[in-house]
Amino acid sequence: MSKLPRGMSTGKKINPKSLARVIKMLFKAYPVLVPVTCACIIISSVVSAIPSLFLEKVISVIEKFGKNPGVDTWNTAKEQIIPLIILLASLYVMSIIFMTLYSQFLAVITQGFLSKLRTKMFAKMQTLPIKYFDQNKHGDIMSRYTNDIDTLRQLISQAIPSMLQAGTIVISVMCIMLTLSFWMTIVVLCGVVAMVLVSKKIGGGSAKYFIRQQKSVGKTEGYIQEMMNGQKVVKVFSHEPQTKAEFDKVNDELYNDGFKAHAYANCLGPIIMNIGNILYVLCAVAGGVLFVTETTNIGFRAIFTATFVPITVSVIVPFLSMTKQFTGNLNQLSQQINAIAMALAGAERIFELMDSEPEDDNGYVTLVNAREENGELVETSERTGIWAWKHPHNDGTLTLTRLTGDVVMTEVDFSYVEGKQVLNGVSVYAKPGQKVAFVGATGAGKTTITNLINRFYDIEDGKIRYDGININKIKKSDLRRSLGIVLQETNLFTGSVMDNIRYGRLDATDEECISAAKLAGADDFITRLPDGYDTMLSNNGANLSQGQRQLISIARAAVADPPVMILDEATSSIDTRTEAIVQRGMDKLMEGRTVFVIAHRLSTVMNSDVIMVLDKGRIIERGSHKELIAEKGTYYQLYTGAFELE
Amino acid sequence: MIKRLAKSVREYKPAVFFTMLFIFLEAVIECIIPYVTAGLIDKFNAGTATLSIILKTGGILVGLALSSLACGGIAGYTSAKASAGFSRNLRHDMFYNISDFSFSNIDKFSSSSLVTRMTTDVSNVQMSFMMIIRIALRAPLMLIFSIIMAFFMGGKLAISFAVVIPVLAFGLIMIAKKAMPAFRRVFKKYDKLNESVEENVRAMRVVKGFSRETYETEKFTKASEDIMGDFTKAERIVALNSPLMQICLYFNMVFVLAVGSYLIIGGKSSINVGEMSAMLTYGFQVLIQLMMISMIYVMITMSAESAKRISEVLDEKSNLISPENGIKEIKDGSIEFDNVNFKYSKHGKKFAISDINLKIESGMTVGVIGGTGSSKSTLVQLIPRLYDTTEGSVKVGGVDVREYDLDSLRGAVAMVLQKNLLFAGTINDNLRWGNENATEEEIKEACKLACADEFVETFPDKYETFVEQGGTNVSGGQKQRLCIARALLKKPKILILDDSTSAVDTKTDAVIRAGFANYIPETTKIIIAQRISSVQDADMIIVMENGKIMNVGKHDELLKTSEIYREVYEQQTNGGDRNE
Repeated sequence: MSKLPRGMSTGKKINPKSLARVIKMLFKAYPVLVPVTCACIIISSVVSAIPSLFLEKVISVIEKFGKNPGVDTWNTAKEQIIPLIILLASLYVMSIIFMTLYSQFLAVITQGFLSKLRTKMFAKMQTLPIKYFDQNKHGDIMSRYTNDIDTLRQLISQAIPSMLQAGTIVISVMCIMLTLSFWMTIVVLCGVVAMVLVSKKIGGGSAKYFIRQQKSVGKTEGYIQEMMNGQKVVKVFSHEPQTKAEFDKVNDELYNDGFKAHAYANCLGPIIMNIGNILYVLCAVAGGVLFVTETTNIGFRAIFTATFVPITVSVIVPFLSMTKQFTGNLNQLSQQINAIAMALAGAERIFELMDSEPEDDNGYVTLVNAREENGELVETSERTGIWAWKHPHNDGTLTLTRLTGDVVMTEVDFSYVEGKQVLNGVSVYAKPGQKVAFVGATGAGKTTITNLINRFYDIEDGKIRYDGININKIKKSDLRRSLGIVLQETNLFTGSVMDNIRYGRLDATDEECISAAKLAGADDFITRLPDGYDTMLSNNGANLSQGQRQLISIARAAVADPPVMILDEATSSIDTRTEAIVQRGMDKLMEGRTVFVIAHRLSTVMNSDVIMVLDKGRIIERGSHKELIAEKGTYYQLYTGAFELE
Repeated sequence: MIKRLAKSVREYKPAVFFTMLFIFLEAVIECIIPYVTAGLIDKFNAGTATLSIILKTGGILVGLALSSLACGGIAGYTSAKASAGFSRNLRHDMFYNISDFSFSNIDKFSSSSLVTRMTTDVSNVQMSFMMIIRIALRAPLMLIFSIIMAFFMGGKLAISFAVVIPVLAFGLIMIAKKAMPAFRRVFKKYDKLNESVEENVRAMRVVKGFSRETYETEKFTKASEDIMGDFTKAERIVALNSPLMQICLYFNMVFVLAVGSYLIIGGKSSINVGEMSAMLTYGFQVLIQLMMISMIYVMITMSAESAKRISEVLDEKSNLISPENGIKEIKDGSIEFDNVNFKYSKHGKKFAISDINLKIESGMTVGVIGGTGSSKSTLVQLIPRLYDTTEGSVKVGGVDVREYDLDSLRGAVAMVLQKNLLFAGTINDNLRWGNENATEEEIKEACKLACADEFVETFPDKYETFVEQGGTNVSGGQKQRLCIARALLKKPKILILDDSTSAVDTKTDAVIRAGFANYIPETTKIIIAQRISSVQDADMIIVMENGKIMNVGKHDELLKTSEIYREVYEQQTNGGDRNE
C-alpha cells in the first residue's frame, strides 16, 4: 500500500485552490463558529502582543520613582502604577479568555469537520461506479481516510491557527514599525526577505524529502507485506537470508530519505532564529548609525504630526524588541511549511475522490411488492413474496409487470478499455427458472456478462431486457435487489455470522437466516463454531476456511430470496462432496428461478439447462450438456480433459 | 522495555551524544544572547551607546548567533541521523527476528499487526526518540539554570514560583492523566473505523449487489460521529494546556511587577529594576521549559504503547529453532509418522490431526484425498517442519525431523503450496529460488518436467519475462506449473504437491506425473488432490477426514473398503471419464 500523496509523487505543482476549498468548506460547515474562532484568535494575539509594548513604560515608571524610594514616593507612585498594572492584568485576562475560547472551539471544529468530511467522502464513495474500485488500488483509496484526513487535522488544528496568529502579529508589528520609522522598517524587511527565501529553500528541500520518505515507507510496507504473505514459501525454500538482504536494501533507502527530511526540518529552526539574531544586530547598528549621524526620522507618526526630528532612542529601542517578536513568529510559521504542503497534497486527493463522477442512475422503473386481485396485480406495502416492476409511462399511466426473471441479452458489445473489445455480439436468453451456465477460459468474458446484467458496467451496444423491460429504465438499486450474487472472492463483514447472513435481507428473522444457512449447507459447520451463529467474524472471516466463507456468502444470497441468482465461481473452494450438498440445497432454493452459473468445474455446470461456451468475447457453442457432448466441439474437449481452463 | 529498544541504537550512539552536546551548547548560547542584548538596550536607554560600543556588542552578538547556528545545525543533523538510524536498526532487528519466527509465533501477532508494528509503531518511536534526545537533556538543564538565575537575580521575587510551579505542574499532570486514556480509546476506535472502510472498499461488489449503500453509509456515519465525540473530548482536555500555561506566565509577570514596584519604590527591599526585569525574563524561561517537559511526557506516554508493541516482537523467541550441530545429511526420502497428534494453538481444544501412524518408503508415490477441512495440508506441513508436532514424532530418512539442521531438512523436502506464490521478478529469478546456482539447462529441464517450458517459450521474453507481484500476469495453471518447476530445481528427496495441479488440465497433469515416475524415481512424491484421477495410480492413497486417516490403500482396494473414497470417485466419474 502506497501512502504517497499522488499529487506530489508526480512532482506536479500543488494547487493552492485546494486550500481555499478546504477553508470554504470549513466556513460552510460552521458558519458561526469558524468566524468567531478566527476573531478570537486575532483578538487574543493582538491583546497578548500589546503588553510587551508598554511593559517598557511600566518599568521606566518604576525606575523613575525607584530613584528615590520611600513610603511617600510609593503613595504618589501607586496612583500611576496601579492603573497600569490593572490595565496589564486585564489585557492578560482577556487574552487568556479568548485563548481558552478559541482552543476549545478549534477542538470542536477540527473533529466535527473531519467527521463531516469523512462521512461525506464515504457517502460519496458509495455512489461511485464499480469501475472506480477496479481502477484504483484499495490501499490508495484507504489512505485517503487515514493519511490524507490526518494531514487535514494538522492543517486545521495547528497550521491555520498558527498562520492566523503569526500573521496578525506580523501585520500589527509591521504597522507599528511603519508608524515609528521607515528607515528602520526597511532594515527589518531586508531580514524578513532573507528569512522567507531561506524558508522556501530549506522548507522546500525538507518537503521534498518528506514526500520521498512517505514513498519509501510505502515501499517498505509493501515489501514486508509481500514477505509476510509469502512466509511459507520463504521457509519452504529456506530463503530467509535473501529476504533479509533484500529488506536491508529497502530499509536503507527509507533511512536515507528519513534522515535527510528531518535534517532539513531540524536545521530550519536554528537558521531562522539566528537570522533573527543577526537582524537584531543589524537593527542596533543601523539605529546607532542613524542616531549618531542625526538622520531625520520619517514615519507615519512623523508625517501626521509633521514633526521631522532626528531619530531618537525611544524609536530605536522598541524596534529592537519588535524584531525579536517578529522573528519568533516567523519561526513559528516556518515550522508549518511541511504540514501545509502535506495537507495540500492530502486535500487534493480527497477532492479527487469527492469530485469523481458518481454512477448515473436514470432508472424510473421500481420494484414493489404486489398481490394478485382478480387476476390483476395490485401494489401492496407488505411482503407478499410476489414482486412486480412498477413502470410509469409517458402518458401518465402505470403498469405493473410481474417479476419472473426473464433475462434476454441481444447482440451485446462491451469493452472495459476502448479498443479492447471484451464482448462481441453476445446474445443470451434465459427463461424464468432456467439454469444458464458460462464456461470458458479466463478473460473469455464470463464475469463480464454478469457485470452487465446487474449494471456494474453499462453495455456499449445491444440490449438487455429483464422481464421485457430495458434494464437501463430500471432503478439500479431495485435491479440489484432482484439479483442475488455470490462471487468467488467472498467478502464478509465484521460482525456475527448471523449479521453476515442477514446482510442479504436486513429484516430477516433469526429463523429465516438459519433456514437459509441450512439450505446453503452452512448450518452444519456454523453450529460447530465456538459460539454458533453468534461467533464474531473479523478481518473478512480470517478464522474460517475459504470454503466456509463461500458457504456463508451463499446463505447470505439465499436469505435475500432473489428471483435471479448469479453464481460466479461460488463453489470453487468447496470440495466436491460438500458441493454436492450445497448443490442440492441450491437446486431447492432456485426452483422456478433463473440462475446464471460461472464455474471452472464442469461438474458444477453439467446439469444446467443451457451451457454457453465463451471464447474471446464470443459465444462459440451453446446447448445442454448432452447436446454439446454430441457436438464434439470445445466443450467436449474440455470435458475429456484435452483442454486447459483458466 | 526501554532497555530492550535502546539496544538498537548501536552505531548511532555518537550521534546521540553529539546531539545532546550541541543542543546543550546551543541552549547555553541562547541564555547568553538575551543577557548581551539587554546590556545593549540599557546602554541605548542610558544614552551611552556609541557607535563603537554598538559595533563591538554587535560583533559579539553576530559571533554568538553564528555559533548558535552552527550548534543548532549540527544538532539538527546528528539528531536526524540518530533517530533515522535508530528506526532503521529497529526495523532491521524486527525483520530479522520475524524471519526466524515459526508460524505459531506469527499467528500470535497476526501478520497485519506485524506490518503495523514495523511501520507505524516504529515511526512513532522514531519521532519521540528525536524529541527526547533534543529536549530531554536540554529542558531540565535550562529549567535548573533558569530557576537558579531567577533566585540569584530576582531574590525574594522568586517566591512567585512557589505558587506558579506547583499549580502548573499539577495542572499539566492532570491534563496528561485525563487525556491519555481518552486518546488511547480514540486510537483504538480509529483503527476499527479504518478497518471498516477497508472492508467496505474491498466488498464494494457485495455492497452494491445487495443495494446496501445507504445502510453502509449510516453505519459509517454512526461510527465516525462516535469517534468525533471521543476525539473532541480528548482534544478539548489537551487544549487546556496553553491557557493554563498563560495563566501561570501572566500571573508571574503581574505578581513580579506589582510586588516588585511596591518593594522598589516603597524602599522595602534592596531589589533594583534590573533584578526585576531579569526575574521577568527568567520566569518566562522557567515556564517554557516546564511546558517542554510536559510535552515530552505526553510524547513518551503516547509512544509508550508503540514501544511496547515493538519490544514484544523483539522479545519473542522463535519456538521452532534449528538444533545445534543438527544432522546435515538426509539419508533417503522415507517418512514415518509415529503416533502424531497436532494442534495449531497450545490453548486449542481440538487436535487438528490426531492418531497418525504412517510409514512411507523412499521413492513411493503417495496420494492424499479428503474433503475441505480434513487437515490434509496440516499433515504434510509437519514433514519440512513448518510446524512441530504436539505429540509423537515425524521421521525423515529414519531420523526425527527435530534432529536435522533446519536448512538441510527443508533443502531436501520440496513443497509446492496450495496457495501458490510467485514474487515480483523474472521467471528465471523466481525459479532460482529453488536453486540459486541453477544453470539455464537445469532450469529448462525442470520446466520441461513440470510442463512449463512449453508456455514459457511462447512468451516474448521467454525466461526473462517479468512476473508481477503475486504472479498476476500468468494464468492459474501456468503459475502452478512454474511453482512445481521451482520446487523440482531443489532436487529434493521428498516432493510434496499440495493441491498444486488443480488448475492444470487432466492431460497435462498426467504428463507431469508420468515425468515424475520416469525422471525422479528415487524421490518420494506426496500428492494432495481433489480429483481422483490425480492420485489413482499412486502406490498408496491416504483418505482423510476430520484430521484422521480413515483408510490407506491402493485405488482398487479403496473402492471396495472406503466409503468416502467411493463416494468421491462416483461423483467425479458419473457419466464416464471426465475432467473435474
